[in-house]
Amino acid sequence: MPEINGLGHSMRRKEDPRFIRGQGNYIDDIKLPGMLWLDIVRSPYAHARIKNIDTSRAAKIPGVLGFVTGRDLEKYNLHWMPTLMSDRQMVLPTDTVKYQSQEVVGVIAADRYAAADGVAAVEVEYEPLPVVVDPIKALQPGAVKVRDDKDSNHIWHWEVGDKAATEQAFKDAATVVREQIYLPRIHVASIETCGCVADWDPANQHLTLYMTTQAPHAIRTVLALVAGHVGLSEENIRVVSPDIGGGFGGKVPVYPGYVIAVAASVLLGKPIKWIEDRSENLQADSFARDYHITAELAADKDGRITAMRLKTVADHGYSDAQAAPSKFPAGLFHIATGSYDFQKAHVEVDGVYTHKPPGGVAYRCSFRVTEAVHAIERMVDILAHERGEDPAAFRMKNFIKPEQFPYRSALGWEYDSGDYHKALRLAMDMIGYEALRREQAEKRARGELMGIGISSFTEIVGAGPSHTFDILGIKMFDSCELRVHPTGKAIARFGTKSQGQGHETTYAQIIAEELGIPAEHVKVEEGDTDTAPYGLGTYASRSTPTAGAAGALAARKVRDKARKLAAHLLECAEEDLVWERGRFYVKGAPARAKTIQDIALAAYTNHPPGMEAGLEAVHYYDPPNLTYPFGSYICVVDIDRGTGQVKVRRFVAVDDCGVRINPMIVEGQIHGGLTMGFAPAMLEEIRYDENGNIYGGTFMDYLVPTAVESPKWEVGETTTPSPHHPFGAKGVGESPTVGAPPAIANAVVDALWHLGVRHIDIPITAPKVYALLKKHGAALEE
Amino acid sequence: MSTHHIQLTINGQTREADVPARLLLVHLIRDNFDLTGTHIGCDTTSCGACTVLLNGKPVKSCTVLAVQADGGEVLTVEGLEQGGQLHPVQEGFTAKHGLQCGFCTPGMMMTAVALLRENPDPTEDEIRWGISGNLCRCTGYMNIVKAIQYAAEKMKTREPQPA
Repeated sequence: MPEINGLGHSMRRKEDPRFIRGQGNYIDDIKLPGMLWLDIVRSPYAHARIKNIDTSRAAKIPGVLGFVTGRDLEKYNLHWMPTLMSDRQMVLPTDTVKYQSQEVVGVIAADRYAAADGVAAVEVEYEPLPVVVDPIKALQPGAVKVRDDKDSNHIWHWEVGDKAATEQAFKDAATVVREQIYLPRIHVASIETCGCVADWDPANQHLTLYMTTQAPHAIRTVLALVAGHVGLSEENIRVVSPDIGGGFGGKVPVYPGYVIAVAASVLLGKPIKWIEDRSENLQADSFARDYHITAELAADKDGRITAMRLKTVADHGYSDAQAAPSKFPAGLFHIATGSYDFQKAHVEVDGVYTHKPPGGVAYRCSFRVTEAVHAIERMVDILAHERGEDPAAFRMKNFIKPEQFPYRSALGWEYDSGDYHKALRLAMDMIGYEALRREQAEKRARGELMGIGISSFTEIVGAGPSHTFDILGIKMFDSCELRVHPTGKAIARFGTKSQGQGHETTYAQIIAEELGIPAEHVKVEEGDTDTAPYGLGTYASRSTPTAGAAGALAARKVRDKARKLAAHLLECAEEDLVWERGRFYVKGAPARAKTIQDIALAAYTNHPPGMEAGLEAVHYYDPPNLTYPFGSYICVVDIDRGTGQVKVRRFVAVDDCGVRINPMIVEGQIHGGLTMGFAPAMLEEIRYDENGNIYGGTFMDYLVPTAVESPKWEVGETTTPSPHHPFGAKGVGESPTVGAPPAIANAVVDALWHLGVRHIDIPITAPKVYALLKKHGAALEE
Repeated sequence: MSTHHIQLTINGQTREADVPARLLLVHLIRDNFDLTGTHIGCDTTSCGACTVLLNGKPVKSCTVLAVQADGGEVLTVEGLEQGGQLHPVQEGFTAKHGLQCGFCTPGMMMTAVALLRENPDPTEDEIRWGISGNLCRCTGYMNIVKAIQYAAEKMKTREPQPA
């Protein structure tokens, strides 16, 4: 019998054997008989009227078979589709385009080369129209209106907190700091782009849609709801999410390409494949962030934080296609009071339309948490510096104390558990904080620039309790269906979908822990809506908090039935049985025992009269609360006064994600998450010129870090279990992405504070730093 | 568009194909030969997901024409395992958790194989520079470096493999 490999074991991943042999099954690996290709003509303009579309030259190209335009889709009322935030976006335009690289015409061809030839030969005549790309300008009177179906560019206003009490607290404060913080538009850029194969079977009126989606069940329901009128009925829709080459939030939304592929398959009765290329992926898929924040923090005379105020302009592009729970137009941005104990806060966010691609999605974070954490962690640092206090000591003084949990935050969240002092203390010990401060002082005296930055973040993940969380009305529970076979092996299916997180391994370990069946003997399946139970998918670090919990509880239901079977087999009362992982024995007689394998066999061969055969259970888990992972990160940077180059010398990350299932996988996720925190802090940005032309639309100028730039991470852990999760886990995949950027920004500002620098927006590029050095007279000139 | 008859050895097997002049090597490998372990992650020769060995050298097969491989030898991820035995680089990637979503993994491993052939005992910095043409979004590279170090160690003690 193999090792059980329950919780806490760094077993090797079950998905690895196929991936290291090149035997994964990703979307572009799917090939169906008779399959045709979709490629897409895109707009060169950010705003233009389509005067004419001429496909005659393209139609003559060998292999080009047909075209799909907005006018074609309009006949079926499919030229528009709802976004996840109940706004709407064009599938294909009938009159005007609203962002550069917007989909304009679908070209169907026999192979990918012919499709690309067809795209190049379609002639579209545009009349360019005025463009607004700056959301602040878009809100001014007389601004160009982005949406023809709306009154203005202002989408919504949202606020939370006690405004009057917060204002009073600011009036009473001894110290107030204020800063403009911009979190730029970035892109998750998973190495696999998006794509699908839509396969409509006319005879059976059945659609199989293979699709790069993080949430296959929700996609099936949405398809049935928006395309029911053209014959798509939910029992005849099967969505299959195959192996996914990274998601990070970018594979949550529905993009026009998917819908065009489905429409073309239905129209032609042939399987249609659409695989976007990298430039399309960067230029047109949902972006993240683009938050313009005015942040204020107040403290009393003793340096205790008393209040926070945030006013934010959220640039959503031409449609609010945010992937967030419907109650929260700014996601969970109101986690912004962070790890600190103060009770006055007020947060306002205004959503704005501009001529940019619609969004936004998360960038490996729970809905808008990175923006919130960046704001509070930057402001706490500024406040500490302003008061001349050490940023670590200032945090220690203001942290929520361990005995205050569960803690009710000023903006209404109930933090489940935490020990912030312990995590920061460990990070300080690991990095040698006091010695570094001495080194910094010596270097500063010599004119060298070195900075130490801290970020002590609180995450909010595991969405979520159904009383508060839904996507388009579907509650955000998740599920597990567990079946134990006669030979004691099992299959467990979940409503989530791994994109590299290793669910096939960690979910098996959860079942192993609960039932004593070796993880190797538990097969995990996800992503096929015909077989998996309904769930809301994998994003926002929700898989372990929700589906993982469902797995544990389904296993406990199986164990309850196993107890009845064991009592039958051992001819004793159920109450006389003791469970020891993997077996029941009779109290006081440990040799009289039945293993879970004995019991599984009996469930099919020797079950007592009156009991149903089989050994299986389904559990739909509705979490009572979110989980609140946290951590403290410390970053050390050296800055070259001659170039402005920032070198991350050391970076210590202490994470507390509650109980860890597979420590090896957790650590791997932390490494990856930290690197995806480093990336926007130092390199990544998607910018637009005033005409709406994109900068950063290919991998030549959108700089994903390589192994050379990526820092060598030093990781540590504390463990504060979640009190409400069945086995105390909290989720971890995104914490490092959330926590890392302010640690880096704080380190850079810490290095420059004495020169008069108070803030620097990310990405912290060498030219930006060099300009600051020049401005403050600290640059080394040639 | 001219069509060309080409012949090449791929993972030790001789294969022939009639290909248009513009067909990319990665599409020959994936679409004509059904070896889908070699992936495509970008359109600017930046990400390295499509890396294969052509005549022993790592190339980004999205930027090589199929006709350029005529008469050559190609090694893809599917050719790494020999006689049921994983290549040490493959072993390293699973032992050291050097992969998560698995999409960059084949290209990353092929680059590592080439790196270790050229430099059997690389320093950490040499490994990091060696794989700097391959992007990974999941791992932060820490465990990829460890996987390659593991492979280097293994290859020192193992019989030399046929080239």
